[in-house]
Amino acid sequence: MNARISLHVNGIDRILSIEPRVSLLDALRDHLGLTGTKKGCAQGACGSCTVLVDGERINSCLALAVQYVGREIVTIEGLAESGALHPLQQAFIEHDGFQCGYCTPGQICSAVGMLSEFRSGAPSAVTENGASPNELTHDELRERMSGNLCRCGAYVGIREAIQQVYEARKP
Amino acid sequence: MSVKKKIVETAAHVMQDRDRDRLINQHRYIGQPIDRLDGRIKVTGAARFSAEYPIEGLMFAALAYSTISKGVIESIDTEEAERAPGVIKVITHLNARAMKVPKPLSTEGKPSAGVTDAKILNTDQITWNGQPIAVVVADTEERAEYAATLIKVKYAAKPGMNSFEAAIPSATKPKEVLGEDPEVRKGDPDAVFISATHRVDLKFTTPPHNHNAIEPHATIAIWDGDDKVTLYDTSQFTAGAANSIADIFGLKEENVRVISPFVGGGFGGKGGIWPYNQLTVLAARMTGRPVRIALTRAGVFRIVGGRTPSQQRVAIAADDSGKISAFIHEGVTAQSTNNNFPEQFSFPPRHLYAIPAYRIGQVVCDVNRIANTFMRAPGESIGTFAVESAMDAMAYELHMDPIEFRMRNEPEKDPVSGNEFSSRHMREAYRMGAEKFGWRSGPQAIRSQRNGDWLIGQGVATGTYPMYRMTSAARVRISADGTALVQSSAQEMGMGTETAQTQHAAERLGLPMEKVRFEYGDSSLPWAGVAGGSSQTVSIALAVQQASEKLLAELLALAQKEPTSVLKGAKVNEVIMANEGISRKGQPSIGESYAVILKRAGKDHVASEQKTGAAIETMKYSMHSFAAQFCEVRVHELTGEIRINRWLGSFDTGRILNPKTAVSQFRGGIIMGIGMAMTEETMFDDRTGRIMNATLAEYHLPVQADVPHIDVMYTDIPDPQTPMGAHGIGEIGITGVAAAISNAVFHATGKRITALPITLDKVL
Amino acid sequence: MNDFMFTRATDTTSALKLISETPDHGANAARFLAGGTNLIDLMREGIEQPQSLVDITPLPLSEIRELPGGGVRVGAMVRNSHLAAHPLIRQKYPLLSQAILMGASAQLRNMATTGGNLMQRTRCYYFYDVAAACNKRAPGSGCDAVDGFNRIHAILGASPQCIATHPSDMCVALTALDGIVNISGPSGERQIAAAEFHRLPGGTPEIDTNLKLGELITSVDLPASTAGLASAYRKVRDRASYAFALVSVAAALKIEEGEIREIRLALGGVAHKPWRASVAEELLRGKEPTPENFAMAAAAELAPAKPLKHNAFKIELAKRTIALVLSELSGDKGTAQ
Repeated sequence: MNARISLHVNGIDRILSIEPRVSLLDALRDHLGLTGTKKGCAQGACGSCTVLVDGERINSCLALAVQYVGREIVTIEGLAESGALHPLQQAFIEHDGFQCGYCTPGQICSAVGMLSEFRSGAPSAVTENGASPNELTHDELRERMSGNLCRCGAYVGIREAIQQVYEARKP
Repeated sequence: MSVKKKIVETAAHVMQDRDRDRLINQHRYIGQPIDRLDGRIKVTGAARFSAEYPIEGLMFAALAYSTISKGVIESIDTEEAERAPGVIKVITHLNARAMKVPKPLSTEGKPSAGVTDAKILNTDQITWNGQPIAVVVADTEERAEYAATLIKVKYAAKPGMNSFEAAIPSATKPKEVLGEDPEVRKGDPDAVFISATHRVDLKFTTPPHNHNAIEPHATIAIWDGDDKVTLYDTSQFTAGAANSIADIFGLKEENVRVISPFVGGGFGGKGGIWPYNQLTVLAARMTGRPVRIALTRAGVFRIVGGRTPSQQRVAIAADDSGKISAFIHEGVTAQSTNNNFPEQFSFPPRHLYAIPAYRIGQVVCDVNRIANTFMRAPGESIGTFAVESAMDAMAYELHMDPIEFRMRNEPEKDPVSGNEFSSRHMREAYRMGAEKFGWRSGPQAIRSQRNGDWLIGQGVATGTYPMYRMTSAARVRISADGTALVQSSAQEMGMGTETAQTQHAAERLGLPMEKVRFEYGDSSLPWAGVAGGSSQTVSIALAVQQASEKLLAELLALAQKEPTSVLKGAKVNEVIMANEGISRKGQPSIGESYAVILKRAGKDHVASEQKTGAAIETMKYSMHSFAAQFCEVRVHELTGEIRINRWLGSFDTGRILNPKTAVSQFRGGIIMGIGMAMTEETMFDDRTGRIMNATLAEYHLPVQADVPHIDVMYTDIPDPQTPMGAHGIGEIGITGVAAAISNAVFHATGKRITALPITLDKVL
Repeated sequence: MNDFMFTRATDTTSALKLISETPDHGANAARFLAGGTNLIDLMREGIEQPQSLVDITPLPLSEIRELPGGGVRVGAMVRNSHLAAHPLIRQKYPLLSQAILMGASAQLRNMATTGGNLMQRTRCYYFYDVAAACNKRAPGSGCDAVDGFNRIHAILGASPQCIATHPSDMCVALTALDGIVNISGPSGERQIAAAEFHRLPGGTPEIDTNLKLGELITSVDLPASTAGLASAYRKVRDRASYAFALVSVAAALKIEEGEIREIRLALGGVAHKPWRASVAEELLRGKEPTPENFAMAAAAELAPAKPLKHNAFKIELAKRTIALVLSELSGDKGTAQ
């Protein structure tokens, strides 16, 4: 039973005909040719499928595409603007925040979402009870990025890259 | 050791060393922290991995796996699956075309990449739980995966040897361990041990592990007629994979092409070919359509092997001065009934310490499990856990600083082979590391530091990994426009292959990096060895060096055809490649550019393809990398939770080619070691032989919050026996890590944990 | 994953109607779909095979508002991340905020809903593997966990049929906070106390909760009585983040004049449901907040605990963690990061 749906991805409406069981991840990769979003586990356990929906990071592997009609979806392919890399993309290169590159799009999308959560004052598990976090400390950064596994072990470079972008854009 | 190998080794000792590589002292690109050349396409998502090629008319296949470990398929009912929407073919042992079993993984002679001699789908016999029993091909992946669940199987099950512990009594001594003797001995270590003043005798266990590269294995197969096939594959060994597929399907080797420019992490798990490779090719053949198999995460656990479990004993005897008088390291690993790979955990002590009497050896037992395989620093990772934990225990027994104890036993020559070390700067690595880490020297006191409920401890351990070089080929082409193209079938899985090889070639050819292109990841290029054994960079570099030497001679001859050439009269050993051409040695301004030489000679380009010989140097010298791993942990006194506060790895791995990517590789190894030490375990249920945590939710890789800041330093002292003075560094990082953590936990709590992983229940 | 019919509901009435109109396939009946973080995973593993999914994320149940009398009502479709970050929750029920933030990952919390979190199913390895015997997944097939890997399994309230644990952190906090689950169904609206929402396995481990077929969680109420208590959530797990609890403790206290006036205590990771530690509460009410009293109460709570081959450590761990959390809450700031 295919459903004909329209997804709003990276600013463009994309029409596709899919079964309801197709995940947002597979819709992006196998139906829309947006293979920058990666499949690592298909069970919400690695974060490599992270995309932004209405500005928030989610695991697209556990999302049915049909459920995301009308939402603003941004993938790694939508981050660079007119050829210029997003500051996080640039920082990942400078700090060597990846090796094989497979988890990287998910890490970068996750970092975009994370910084916006942080700036909105959202607490994390390591934030002092009830407070809004002031500083993106090492512990805050580690906890907030723990939903993205990197088996090559680029965690230190990833933290340095995100920290640099955060510092540069501090109000 | 085989007689043949013994003869070659003896001959190696009288052979002359290769000339010391002149690049050892060059710094224009080598040694520079250059950003990855493939960085931009990786951070934008443009780098394509094997499952991601848009192929017209692509079909999708899914596998069904056995749920018993041993027995016979009595019947298999595929009717419902065949009727499911979108399904175009169901393949089982009843209708699968015959396939041959590939030759075992080898880089010598014609490359091959077999990892198991199990028949895949050409048999009704089951030998491991998870063995593929059917392939379902459909028009979408969802439909194929669902239809695969509709297949009904009846087995006549037999009791399998599912349990490692139960198999141990039947363990035997293997014929060899990676070409080495399974056991080496000298003197009477047992007698020395019994009468020694200081003794440590510990037993260790390590569980099975899985690589868990974040990219699951995937292949797309496209046939061209019935005698030619192309694979987009995720492979650490394109040449081996291509030749093995040719063997399996009876094709000519030049008719199989494996394309694999990016590999989403490998760590050994993509070194050989596993059942999904050939099943994709089979499904494409039997349907006449291009087919993709992208394994699920559980599928990767079921049909791609991982690291063996091990039980090890380390017994050390020492005198009051801290000199080791006897060393015993023995134990057992598992392999499957379908392969032959006793993982070399007994290698580290063969090279680490001055040991006057020793017995170092290993046995292996067979289990009904997926074939075990190489996983980052096979042998050295688990071997150093046992050896370096025992060394730490002896330091406490002696009331001696653990570093000092190790330094007192630094060997002058390789303790087993008696060979000279080509390059060993362990003392320097420890000195630098201890200073930067702030190691408090002297005898260590347990439970001596705390912060609230947290007990604090520091630990140190030695890491080591051999310097391997494998037969590899490369082609170098210098064009009249002054650019160069370097080609090798090599693999990129995160090491920075393109970047390192471009740096090397540019330095070698005297060209700016912008004028050098490195082409790789395709078996139709000159065959590189496997991206394994931390060998790829140096192995290819030597082939490039040899090709460049040929080109130097050829270009010089071309230049000298011109009577007015400033190179007239120069002999080939009087010139070098520099300044985008050839110059007289010591007189860089006297020379001619490649462009001038080639244009004048009316040539579009010159090219040379060279294949290196076997690594004679590693037979003549004891060639190894070393590490001093330092860490500080905290252990919650009440809950047993363990956290790592900080880490420092100090490495002696020859010359560092690119500090930026090298530091990443060291850290990556350390982090995988943190996982091995603290959380990772593949849980085989002994009743069924089935892996019960075949998911990333329950197989715990380290996450950001588990990983502290990691400082990395290195001696950067070149090894005179290697190209550029470099060693491979992909694996050394993981070695010694688990021991350093276990030693730090002991320092903090007084508890010596000898069974990995070191979970909180073990320190409660 | 099986193919299914997908419909979207826009309000509670249409959701109930859509689900009631689905033909009954027994175990494969229709399911409400919210964030999907657990259900889609279970479907992909073949553990759940509903013939129809009713998407309830468009339902107007995403509000968090103060109730007359000082409590707070949380809509069933409120995302876990929004709930944890909401000022009312952080101010009045920081325990709930903390517990949620210690669960899963930021991405999952952005998807998962309050109602969905209540409906989470166990992470037992044998439940998750359709090749294994599991009474919860396939009633009557047996339990392979009893003699298998059971390090993560229950020490309290288990039955010979099932030793699974409930994986939620949020629900442990709700149980401690005397939360109330509001439900709409074919026969009207009703309430179930959070502590009674999940069940012990007994002879019917296939039934996780007391929610009936066709009923929908619409909101969760947090009572005024537990607002503002000093509280803490402590989760002990194998990784420092992104892992299920081996043992967790949710505690809320009020100490006046050197005696415990109010106490709420619940445990996670130890039973088939969030475990309200009422034995310990009873023993501590009116007592002095001393380490001895905490240890005594923890021991009493865990007295009926039954160890399995691999999880005996949880008994000691639970006792120590209870005592640790209560000590810290009562002013002994012994622990540092």
